[in-house]
Amino acid sequence: MNRFDYVRPDNVSDAIRALATGSSKVLAGGTNLVDLMKYDVERPGRIVDINRLPLKEITPTAEGGLRIGALVSNTDLAWNDDIRRQYPLLASAILAGASPQLRNAATTGGNLLQRTRCYYFYDPSTACNKRDPGTGCSAIGGVNRIHAILGASPDCIAVHPSDMCVALAALNASVDVEGPDGKRSIPFSDFHRLPGSEPQRDNTMSSGELITAVVLPPSDFGANYTYLKIRDRLSYAFALVSVAVGLTLKADAIDEARVALGGVAHKPWRDTAAEELLRGQRPDTQLFLKFADQVLTPAHGQGENNFKIELARRAMVRALHQAFAGTPQDQSVKSVQ
Amino acid sequence: MSLTENIHIGRPTNRVDGRLKVTGQAKYAAEYPAADLLHGAIVGSTIAAGRITALNVEPARQVPGVVEVFTHENRGKAAWLDRSWRDEVAPPGHPFRPLHSDRILFDGQPIALVVADSYEAARDAASLVSAEYEVREHCTELERKRSEAYVPPEKRSGIPPPPDPRGDPEKAFEDAPIKISRDYRVNAEHHNPMEMFGTTCVYEGNDKLTIYDKTQGSQNAQGYVTSVFGLKSKNVRLINHYVGGAFGSALRPQHQLFFAVMASLELKRSVRVSLTRSQMFHIGYRPDNYQTVSLAADREGRLRSIMHDAVASTSHYEDYQEAVVNWSGMMYHCDNVKLSYRLAKLHTPTPCDMRAPGAAIGVTALECALDELSYEVGIDPLEIRRLNFASKDENTDKQFTSKALHACYREGAAAFGWDKRKSVPRSMQDGHDLIGWGVSTGMWDAFLQKAEATAKLSADGKLEVSTAASDIGTGTWTILTQIGADAFGLPLEDVTARIGDSTLPTSPVEGGSWTAASNGSAVQAACEAAKETLFKHAKKMANSPLADSEFEDVAVSGGCIFRIDDPGKRLAISEIMHAADLEEIEEEGKVGPDLLQMMKYISYTHSAVFAEVRVDEELGIVRVTRIVCAAAAGRILNPKTARSQILGGVVMGIGMALHEEAMTDHRLGKIMNHNLAEYHIPAHADIENIEVIFVDEHDEKVSPLGVKGLGEIGIVGTASAVANAIFHATGKRVRDFPITIDKLLAA
Ligand SMILES: Cc1cc2nc3c(=O)[nH]c(=O)nc-3n(C[C@H](O)[C@H](O)[C@H](O)COP(=O)(O)OP(=O)(O)OC[C@H]3O[C@@H](n4cnc5c(N)ncnc54)[C@H](O)[C@@H]3O)c2cc1C
Ligand code: SF4
Repeated sequence: MNRFDYVRPDNVSDAIRALATGSSKVLAGGTNLVDLMKYDVERPGRIVDINRLPLKEITPTAEGGLRIGALVSNTDLAWNDDIRRQYPLLASAILAGASPQLRNAATTGGNLLQRTRCYYFYDPSTACNKRDPGTGCSAIGGVNRIHAILGASPDCIAVHPSDMCVALAALNASVDVEGPDGKRSIPFSDFHRLPGSEPQRDNTMSSGELITAVVLPPSDFGANYTYLKIRDRLSYAFALVSVAVGLTLKADAIDEARVALGGVAHKPWRDTAAEELLRGQRPDTQLFLKFADQVLTPAHGQGENNFKIELARRAMVRALHQAFAGTPQDQSVKSVQ
Repeated sequence: MSLTENIHIGRPTNRVDGRLKVTGQAKYAAEYPAADLLHGAIVGSTIAAGRITALNVEPARQVPGVVEVFTHENRGKAAWLDRSWRDEVAPPGHPFRPLHSDRILFDGQPIALVVADSYEAARDAASLVSAEYEVREHCTELERKRSEAYVPPEKRSGIPPPPDPRGDPEKAFEDAPIKISRDYRVNAEHHNPMEMFGTTCVYEGNDKLTIYDKTQGSQNAQGYVTSVFGLKSKNVRLINHYVGGAFGSALRPQHQLFFAVMASLELKRSVRVSLTRSQMFHIGYRPDNYQTVSLAADREGRLRSIMHDAVASTSHYEDYQEAVVNWSGMMYHCDNVKLSYRLAKLHTPTPCDMRAPGAAIGVTALECALDELSYEVGIDPLEIRRLNFASKDENTDKQFTSKALHACYREGAAAFGWDKRKSVPRSMQDGHDLIGWGVSTGMWDAFLQKAEATAKLSADGKLEVSTAASDIGTGTWTILTQIGADAFGLPLEDVTARIGDSTLPTSPVEGGSWTAASNGSAVQAACEAAKETLFKHAKKMANSPLADSEFEDVAVSGGCIFRIDDPGKRLAISEIMHAADLEEIEEEGKVGPDLLQMMKYISYTHSAVFAEVRVDEELGIVRVTRIVCAAAAGRILNPKTARSQILGGVVMGIGMALHEEAMTDHRLGKIMNHNLAEYHIPAHADIENIEVIFVDEHDEKVSPLGVKGLGEIGIVGTASAVANAIFHATGKRVRDFPITIDKLLAA
């Protein structure tokens, strides 16, 4: 861990000004940033602690959705009454992640911007294009059982580790950011990016920008949804594969289907063309398998993680059954329903 | 002297140090304050084999607060001979000497120590030290070295090599109607105790040191310091009052001790050095291993042949050894046995004892193989174990001092409900879950080591018992207090135990599950000696009511010594001391193995472990819903701390079965999951019901107290019981531990 300056602005414009200098880094809950500093992966010259900014509210939007301030903690978000009523999928995904202590500290903005858990990224003695562009990707041909099966590039096969973001992707959320050039709103599907030839860029934010809020559009997925997370132990582990499902039903058939996958790609993975396959269909295992196969058509293993392809296929089928039956996975129950 | 009633021994007394621990008052090695304390940070190599060709420490020196940067070029004075670096439990070879030369033998090997006036400055500067290397070819992959495996030429003291073969195992295997031969592997594990390794070395002037160190043996570590640095024994005191877990990793002195003392002597200042969690993966570990078990039986399931071969990893500088295969020659009766154990050198640090070293992996392989054999024979897996019961140790031809294993089978099976088991795999289902029940036997040594203690009785009737034992979370503080209290019929509050200090009476390192038996018996012996002295003084008093009594006739309780058959004949301790003009009575107690008895007898702890798993077969998810561990461990001093030991062992066994493994990138020779987020141990959610049963076992030979020890038996047999249950649930046999989702999906 290096020496750094520390500032704690009181309002967003001061924060943005403070961020303008080259090697500044935002500190929110610190659960990821501080770890990365201890590993000497991040060596910020200045820490801009944003915990005094007024970004801790959850407020209704004119459209009937909710606006979540960037500093709302993961715990507060998961247990918020409006969220639990209107967006139980989001609450469930958050509770599937990390541990209570971490969720108490972690923030909404920080969760979006947490870095990959690729082992090599955390170890500065190894080559890693995401950490040190141009040095190579050690995970290819290395220890990669947790790595991507979709959307990877020859330069990086890392996955985005968040659970919360998988639900946000399914819910078509958007991200409000503010920077030296003003405010903008980024649709969730455009927020995180695939690694391509620039794996150092996790998302489409510009430097000096701050996340101020995540906005949820109105949702009809209060009844038929699930978040199913498959991991190496029953709690406190990142997803090998996770599935967020939201369905609306018409008669006995599926009307709208949203399915997002976590743990499989550099961003929460959605295949909207495949989702269309489900529309108007009566649900059964055959249909779900067809859907899963379509989603996984471009899937490609890296050796140790080949099993994730089959695991993702089975997890999607199980999750779709759960959502359709209206029996979402209860995160306090350790057996998969 | 007959004992009065035991008030404390055998009771589930709370830990006497519990309150201090949960309120944060118990100080650990890296928490002791010292004036003008300096902080050290260790820099590790980034290659696994080669030489350092250049070191750039200048940027580190520039960091404000940095006092010194030590490398192999300016390391302080230390002993020259290997012998001086060998601690009590060192295996044969050349012990690792930090910063000894430019040679690199494993990834993360310390190449520099930065010392600064704050921890933060030291860490910052450490990140700025860089090295250039001449890289040599390395190998961290045991599979590639299997063909070069060798029988260690020099044996590690205390570790019996495999016995010579008996009978004609090959022919018996050939001729038997039913046989299996299978390969198993338990991946390398790291101890990861909660407390990181740390040392605070307080410089008292003139090369006099008080050292607070995380160690399982204050005297072993103290001896290491005096011999490595050529210091006078009386000038070095080493303290380890509280140890935040260790599991064997702190049996040997670790790098931070060397560094703190070296820097302290060089700089004539107090120095603290702690390892980071990542650096904890660059010290000893449970060796990686490949094992082949071949078993043959007659049609009833009686074992006709047992062959067990193991190859385990060691470092390039020492031949670490443990007893992996020996268990297969003594757990069951069999006339034809062949056991072999070899090592292969890897570019890793030397492995080190980890909870039930050897047995934890060797018994796992044997017990899985026996389970496989039971299905081939077509008999119940518990039945095949009973059928092949060994009534003596057939490796050494000695009698067991006790072996209540049948009781473990019986009581464990009853508690578990084993009789309701459907024998066919895949025959129990509930929704998505397949349910399976598995069983395993467990076995571990019951040792009595040489140990000494003192007991000091003061005129006000209070007692202090002392021995240089360590409590690594096991409950040593508590049981020694209980033993002292019962000897003098005192409440626990009137007894003070003193442990964790090299200046106290001689004690072995805290390991091998021998502390309760050895140090406990020494304390008891010291108490008896003090009582006898008290009695002699009592007898000498004018008009003593005990004048005609013998020591056997009296007991001490309630501040008095009295005749057991006529309690009215009594004298107060204070009176006796006053009459003899004494302020206190202090006596020593010593115990050690009975060599004569050892020619005929041998002692082991036994267990039967029953496991229930639920496997979501489609998704490969395993849950261990029930474990019953029934142990025969002699006398139980404190059912509460004893149960905790078994619980901890079982949890670690579940980790071995399902979670724990060092993931190494063999191209780089580096462990990649070197933190507790990615090196998985069971979380609370992974642990459901664990029932611990202690069966009655009376053993007067194993130790004067009749105690066998419980630190390790809990892990032995747990991983195999879980694996056997997974087979019963799914019909899938995974022989490569841990059994993770990918392996179950592929099986
Ligand atoms: C052991 C462990 C296990 C975990 N397990 C899981 C899990 O199972 N599932 C899961 O989803 N997560 C898991 N997490 C990750 C956890 O969810 C994230 O660390 C957390 O959400 C990050 O939030 P934070 O507020 O602490 O971010 P910080 O660490 O403060 O920041 C993270 C990054 O975001 C930037 N940042 C933060 N806020 C803003 C903002 N408003 N604008 C611009 N930049 C910002 C920071 O500069 C930094 O780069 C785990 C973490 C740990 C340590
Ligand atoms: S996968 Fe990405 S993060 Fe991991 S080593 Fe390769 S480039 Fe770095």
